[in-house]
Amino acid sequence: MISIENVSKSFVLHNQGTAEIPVMQGASLTVSAGECVALVGASGAGKSTLMRMIYGNYLTASGRIMVGDVDVARAAPREIIQLRRRTLGYVSQFLRVVPRVSTLDVVAEPLLATGTDADAARTQAETLLTRLNIPQRLWALSPTTFSGGEQQRVNIARGFAFPYPALLLDEPTASLDPTNRATVLAMIAEAKTRGAAIIGIFHDHAARDEICDRQFDMTKFTMGPAA
Amino acid sequence: MTPLLQVETIAKFYGSRIGCADVSFDLYPGEVMGIVGESGSGKSTLLNCLAGHLTPDRGAVRFDTRAQGLRDTITMSEPERRMLGRTDWAFVHQHARDGLRMNVSAGGNVGERLMAVNARHYGDIRNEAIDWLGRVEITEDRIDDRPTAFSGGMQQRLQIARNLVTGPRLVFMDEPTGGLDVSVQARLLDLLRGLVREMNLSAIIVTHDLAVVRLLADRLMVMKDGHVIETGLTDQVLDDPQHAYTQLLVSSVLQV
Ligand SMILES: Nc1ncnc2c1ncn2[C@@H]1O[C@H](COP(=O)(O)OP(=O)(O)OP(=O)(O)O)[C@@H](O)[C@H]1O
Ligand SMILES: Nc1ncnc2c1ncn2[C@@H]1O[C@H](COP(=O)(O)OP(=O)(O)OP(=O)(O)O)[C@@H](O)[C@H]1O
Ligand SMILES: [Mg+2]
Ligand SMILES: [Mg+2]
Repeated sequence: MISIENVSKSFVLHNQGTAEIPVMQGASLTVSAGECVALVGASGAGKSTLMRMIYGNYLTASGRIMVGDVDVARAAPREIIQLRRRTLGYVSQFLRVVPRVSTLDVVAEPLLATGTDADAARTQAETLLTRLNIPQRLWALSPTTFSGGEQQRVNIARGFAFPYPALLLDEPTASLDPTNRATVLAMIAEAKTRGAAIIGIFHDHAARDEICDRQFDMTKFTMGPAA
Repeated sequence: MTPLLQVETIAKFYGSRIGCADVSFDLYPGEVMGIVGESGSGKSTLLNCLAGHLTPDRGAVRFDTRAQGLRDTITMSEPERRMLGRTDWAFVHQHARDGLRMNVSAGGNVGERLMAVNARHYGDIRNEAIDWLGRVEITEDRIDDRPTAFSGGMQQRLQIARNLVTGPRLVFMDEPTGGLDVSVQARLLDLLRGLVREMNLSAIIVTHDLAVVRLLADRLMVMKDGHVIETGLTDQVLDDPQHAYTQLLVSSVLQV
């Protein structure tokens, strides 16, 4: 489902003396349907960078990143938007909220965007929010003012609303209490069972060992100071 | 899929000064493109060339017309272009007074556009106007007020209603949230987001506000000195900018 071939990445900071920050070189990784692979390596090794490259949020200068039949490294913006709508989900480390949109609508949005009717989308969003213990009195509010843990759970509910065949998870269990952590791990396990290909970053090693089938060590491809 | 708008090497000069040059892109149905860049970089010039308000010195602007498919709007006849301006295109100005008739009631401002596309029945026009005022959160009891009695945010919402009532397919916006305070802006943006999605609109939005493009635009074009220096998916350009100028813009060292 996800096939990364020989990708490299460096950042060039033009306004800081044209500093070049090499991050990775020659990274290759394949993740099949139903598999969960953990990206590991020291802080700064490039885990989040690789995840953002797969999502098309960071540019990939060389190599290929196939998600389904789309090469993200070369795709036009509208192909990536289409890919993100139906194929590739991403739970980022922090929720980026749109002002004035209710929590329920934030979670229902990926379903509405793919043509689910409004009632069914809302029912599904309610189910997810209930499962993740977001109190019902908060559903009509914008998550802007929620606590870090509440925002993270809203983010997860949103990320799991649509059954994407490929899923990227950046620290999905960070800042969660044991009950919610167990719920999120169960949701990831269910996604694997339905055949999702998953790439995750977990500083929580127990969670990682429980849910991931393999580890991918970024350090081998690191070129920067972390190497 | 056929692009809705196909722009090919557009250039516009003011004497020897460059307005904009060498601009090419395709815009597809449902896509929203943002244009950012410093003051004087050519954003408004480009937008006006695309919307038929200015005649470019070079290049082609092809629009996918309902009847005849892709047509160059620069070389088509003036009446044809004006008809597109009334039906398929909408233009939201930075200053609402440039896009509204200030001495005509709110209802009249919206109804007038319907009459321009041959709506005749008074009751239908009034109901449609009330419906649209409601969608932009202007209550029915304000329908007979003139825009001069409205706040800046309300005027801007009225301008949007006036523009969208005829069901355009492509909306041009030049700084639609400029000059409004932040909470009014948020409300307007939320409204625009909803309308773009519901009506499957394509839009080109000129703004100096990177938060606005992050919220509204799928794609982003960065301009400097009349030229496009960087384009891409909005979040990619903002989070991993490649060009020195874009990096400066994003790091807020340079506020436009
Ligand atoms: N947008 C960016 N611009 C410039 N440099 C960046 C950018 N994003 C990441 N980097 C650099 O790339 C390197 C890898 O960072 P990344 O965030 O991928 O590390 P990580 O492995 O996720 O670390 P952590 O475990 O601390 O989250 C770092 O040196 C970082 O400073
Ligand atoms: N009518 C005109 N006559 C002469 N020069 C003009 C005219 N209109 C614009 N220009 C020049 O063309 C260049 C581009 O102007 P334009 O209005 O397109 O910039 P802009 O990016 O929209 O700027 P702003 O953010 O300030 O609105 C500028 O150098 C400007 O001075
Ligand atoms: Mg990281
Ligand atoms: Mg301008």
